[in-house]
Amino acid sequence: MLAQQLTNGVLLGSTYALFALGFTLMFGVLRVVNLTYGFYFTAGAFVALLLTRSYSLPIWAALPAAAVTVGAIAVVLDWLLLARLRRINAPELSSLMVTLGAVLALYAAMTAWLGPDIRRLPAEVLGGEAMIFGPLRITQAQILVLIATAAMVTALLALMRLTPIGLALRAMAENPDAAGLMGIDTGRLAALVSFICGALAGAGGVLIGLNFNAIQPYMGEAMMLRGFVVIIIGGLGDIRGALIAGVLLGIIEVLTAGYISSGLKEAVAFAILVAVLWTRPSGLFGRTQTRRA
Amino acid sequence: MPVWLDDFLWTYQNVVYALGVNGLLALSMYVVLSVGQLSLGQAAFMGLGAYSSALLTVKLHLPFAIVLPASTIAPLLFALAIGTPTLRLSGVYLAIATIGLGEVLRALYINIDFVGGALGISGIPERAGLVSIYGLLILALLGFWLVGRSAIGRAMEAMREDDVAAATMGVNVARYRLGALLTSAVLAGLAGALSAHISSFIGPNEYGFEPAVTILSYALLGGIGSPFAPVIGAWILTLLPEMLRGFADLRLVFNGVIIVLAVLYLPNGILPWAMRRRAA
Repeated sequence: MLAQQLTNGVLLGSTYALFALGFTLMFGVLRVVNLTYGFYFTAGAFVALLLTRSYSLPIWAALPAAAVTVGAIAVVLDWLLLARLRRINAPELSSLMVTLGAVLALYAAMTAWLGPDIRRLPAEVLGGEAMIFGPLRITQAQILVLIATAAMVTALLALMRLTPIGLALRAMAENPDAAGLMGIDTGRLAALVSFICGALAGAGGVLIGLNFNAIQPYMGEAMMLRGFVVIIIGGLGDIRGALIAGVLLGIIEVLTAGYISSGLKEAVAFAILVAVLWTRPSGLFGRTQTRRA
Repeated sequence: MPVWLDDFLWTYQNVVYALGVNGLLALSMYVVLSVGQLSLGQAAFMGLGAYSSALLTVKLHLPFAIVLPASTIAPLLFALAIGTPTLRLSGVYLAIATIGLGEVLRALYINIDFVGGALGISGIPERAGLVSIYGLLILALLGFWLVGRSAIGRAMEAMREDDVAAATMGVNVARYRLGALLTSAVLAGLAGALSAHISSFIGPNEYGFEPAVTILSYALLGGIGSPFAPVIGAWILTLLPEMLRGFADLRLVFNGVIIVLAVLYLPNGILPWAMRRRAA
């Protein structure tokens, strides 16, 4: 029983980690809290829904297609909303407010267009019955979640650590002006980061949609709360911290739901958020300097 | 009360009350923005005020004169718990920590039977009226106007423009920020108590993400150059959907777009109050 719940927790947590990863990368490199991020999540799930329902694509094809589509949406939104604020060096809160307004408009427009109903992926997409490993029961959807998350995290870390682009991105995270003076095209890198983050969030949306099989316009917003808890626990802008914190939160949520009450999941997550802010505001693993005002 | 006013109120009572309550909410946003911070917990604070006041009235039958001030306690405690650690950090922390508060509380309201669960609380007597709503609104406006002209107002303005410079000049930035957040929680709590005691029913879904963003759109449409500006912003955004009934579905889209346009193109709001004091 406990082993099963820990497994479920790790699987749930890996989707949280995936979600938080793009968000924290965006904050780390671009220094914006981009709240349209929750919408990317919804968009990914809906693109996958469209592709699997209307075009009968298998999920292994729909997942990357949704990721690329959402990545493109993210680039456009970034250009519409944030490029101008970056140019005039607007305060952090301006970008937060602008994306907050945009994400409400996007969710509300989507609800007005498609309705608030919960939609489901076609049954055949999810694959046959669960697999049994000793006492553990794991669905194929959960395995896909785990493999996809691991693959994307590895690819992202490799990109950041092993390639010249990653070096440029880290330089830009350190100091965008200096990076620009060193000949780095910061505008193009910003678009690239938006694309990567959009693709990560889009894929996360598909995976969560698979895992819970419930897709509706505001699903990204429910995820945002988790994403924020993960990001604060892990430390704003800290990729490794986001990974560990994501899995931790997944385990905590599953255990809360299993042993106390599923209605307290959100409250427990939020209590942890506040506790971390009081005790370790730079995150549990924070080496990075907290940005004090 | 003259007959025409009585008739007018009878017909448009809901709108008239909503204008007052939303005006208070806009002010609760204004006070945080005016120290250069962003709290997205206004709707959650409002919900805490609404729920605590409704419980005091319905379960304990306390008089409204006690219920109304008591409705500020729960929002104050939450604001203290979240504000104390975050306000020492950069502005994004307060925004991130408060953005989820409404949804967390919603999950709690739904799962606690004592506060009515998913059905909410009904049968709340109508205790609030023109006098209490507009009396509080006028008091708040007057208070902000007087504070704005005092040394405190100058300090708030200074830290909004440049918090490091203000701190160097001896402004206790963290204390002002906490003071602003607590004031904002009090106002939102009062607005929640008033709204609960005019509508006879409150439910768990009324204080989530959407109202939180809507309250921000009030303040950004009006601008924060003067306390009157956000109130007028709230009035415009409350009256517009009443006049354009056919677009009810798109009301939230509109509020969202207002925020985007205001931040990108009208950082001082649409109303002509100057953000900075003219040099003396």
